[in-house]
Amino acid sequence: MNIHEYQGKEILRKYGVAVPNGKVAFTVEEAVEAAKELGTQVCVVKAQIHAGGRGKAGGVKVAKNLDEVRTYASEILGKTLVTHQTGPEGKEVKRLLIEEGCDIKKEYYIGLVLDRATSRVVLMGSEEGGTEIEEVAANTPEKIFKEEIDPVLGLMPFQARRLAFNINIPKELVNKAVKFMTGLYNAYIDKDCSIAEINPLVVTGDGNVMALDAKLNFDSNALYRQNEVLEYRDLEEEDPKEIEASKYDLSYIALDGNIGCMVNGAGLAMATMDIVKHYGGEPANFLDVGGGATAEKVTEAFKIILSDPNVKGIFVNIFGGIMKCDVIADGVVEAAKQVGLSIPLVVRLEGTNVDLGKKILSESGLNITAAESMADGAQKIVSLVK
Amino acid sequence: MSVFINKDTKVIVQGITGGTARFHTKQMLEYGTQIVGGTSPGKGGQEVEGVPVFNTVKEAVEATGANASVIYVPAPFAADSIIEAVDAELDLAICITEHIPVLDMVKVKRYMEGKKTRLVGPNCPGVITADECKIGIMPGYIHTKGHVGVVSRSGTLTYEAVHQLTQAGIGQTTAVGIGGDPVNGTNFIDVLKAFNEDPETYAVIMIGEIGGTAEEEAAEWVKANMTKPVVGFIGGRTAPPGKRMGHAGAIISGGKGTADEKIRVMNECGMKVAATPSVMGETLIEVLKEQGLYEKCKTH
Repeated sequence: MNIHEYQGKEILRKYGVAVPNGKVAFTVEEAVEAAKELGTQVCVVKAQIHAGGRGKAGGVKVAKNLDEVRTYASEILGKTLVTHQTGPEGKEVKRLLIEEGCDIKKEYYIGLVLDRATSRVVLMGSEEGGTEIEEVAANTPEKIFKEEIDPVLGLMPFQARRLAFNINIPKELVNKAVKFMTGLYNAYIDKDCSIAEINPLVVTGDGNVMALDAKLNFDSNALYRQNEVLEYRDLEEEDPKEIEASKYDLSYIALDGNIGCMVNGAGLAMATMDIVKHYGGEPANFLDVGGGATAEKVTEAFKIILSDPNVKGIFVNIFGGIMKCDVIADGVVEAAKQVGLSIPLVVRLEGTNVDLGKKILSESGLNITAAESMADGAQKIVSLVK
Repeated sequence: MSVFINKDTKVIVQGITGGTARFHTKQMLEYGTQIVGGTSPGKGGQEVEGVPVFNTVKEAVEATGANASVIYVPAPFAADSIIEAVDAELDLAICITEHIPVLDMVKVKRYMEGKKTRLVGPNCPGVITADECKIGIMPGYIHTKGHVGVVSRSGTLTYEAVHQLTQAGIGQTTAVGIGGDPVNGTNFIDVLKAFNEDPETYAVIMIGEIGGTAEEEAAEWVKANMTKPVVGFIGGRTAPPGKRMGHAGAIISGGKGTADEKIRVMNECGMKVAATPSVMGETLIEVLKEQGLYEKCKTH
């Protein structure tokens, strides 16, 4: 799960990580009011969307007075920002962060992420702040320093210190940087983050070490114990079909094609998209109904697929293990009855209770094309939607 | 022979009184697996499918002599259950549970350092040695005894591969689902090593997916060490970057973990990679024929 920059900074502040003073604004008036309250000479108007690259897309402006705040706020609010992370359709800005300007001496990068190879959280740092870390890793990998963190000990002061010296934080500010990194790590662990990225971290003219930006992502598997984080969820930033799917614990991702896919198991769901594409079709979605799906869940999954106006046909591909084929069949029949099925439906069933599942489908009276294998099903649905 | 489990493996089911665990306990018993006990705190003394229930893993192990466990405990409590299995010094713990918070698994892995237990999973279908022992949730009837090992990050794709092999008359030794999470107990290389050392396994299918670099590392290991042919498949060629494709570990981030990169490295390391998921079996058979192993692998 993603949250906004200003929300991330709210969390970090509680962990002793220095961030500039700022306020969120939903309207131009609120933006001007926020700037007045901050009372600083210069303030920054920052678009709040769940995507990086906002600055380059014109979503971040430095205002030297209240009139400029008003001008920039009116310009950015309601604007659709297109960045390398939003996709070509872009994202509409509905919230702004009005933040005090600060006197930047130098920009750095600090990030925490899970290293899959070692099964540990790793602290990464670089003095190439402001640039994307992937770019730094590709061009100047020697400028990235890493500290692997033992989960029993947590981030040790010496590790934070070593990283600070390695990335050339001025030596009189190293202790402040250590406090910053320790707070960031504590927030990462307490809040079940999957990424905590500060890019840039800045050293200011008045001798502070601050997070100028903050990107926090959270492990969706841990949200059951993170009520505070859940309150930060902004549904307007998410695809409505994905929200609907998450209510039923369905794993759904919208794509651009016209063949709806309903599959059990993430691996098979990905492979189903691949094979549809292989035979010349375009998948409309990724959908894993999961292992413990009930007929009701399957019905909801079906409705979500059908709510996408681009969908011209559906391919159901099930290899039952924990998931029983009869449950899928019941759900498909129920959904087809509830919503009325006017587009081609190809079903391939295999695995636990397969005979019962096939029987339910064939006795349903629905117009269903049965497939003998994955390849057969993919070819059939591709030819039916053409 | 086989890897990790065989007809002598004695299994306890952790969380045996839950609905899913009950269903699969019955299925495992029907397959012939020696399920000797189960655990469910506070329900010691009960029975599930004729299997005695204990309050703790230690108690179950002492009473039954079990050397393996399978975990169906809900995600918030699963890390604790894995650690309980390790603490009881089982040889093997297989965790089926999905959606375990990743930081819980970071702690589990730290605790397991230097301990004797092998963990398979979490978020996996389990392990099956055809006609001997089934531990997990896979449909038993698709497997036939033979000489091909299967290892996969995805449950349903494992079934798909096994089904294709069986239909083509090629049996299997053991199929191992290592799970779709970013932090797991047993990785591709662990399983490949075991297959390499198993005299009954003549060839291997390795099924990966987008995210991380485990397939690339495994391919390098195959090139350097494997004496048996390994064919591959990678799911998620059409997956968009930055989106978690169901599995917590299946995400392309920062341009890393793409299917194309994995396939490129696997090819470079001499592995043949199936073009679509429906030709995993065919691709293996081509390689078996090339290497003169087809007749030996064919189930008569």
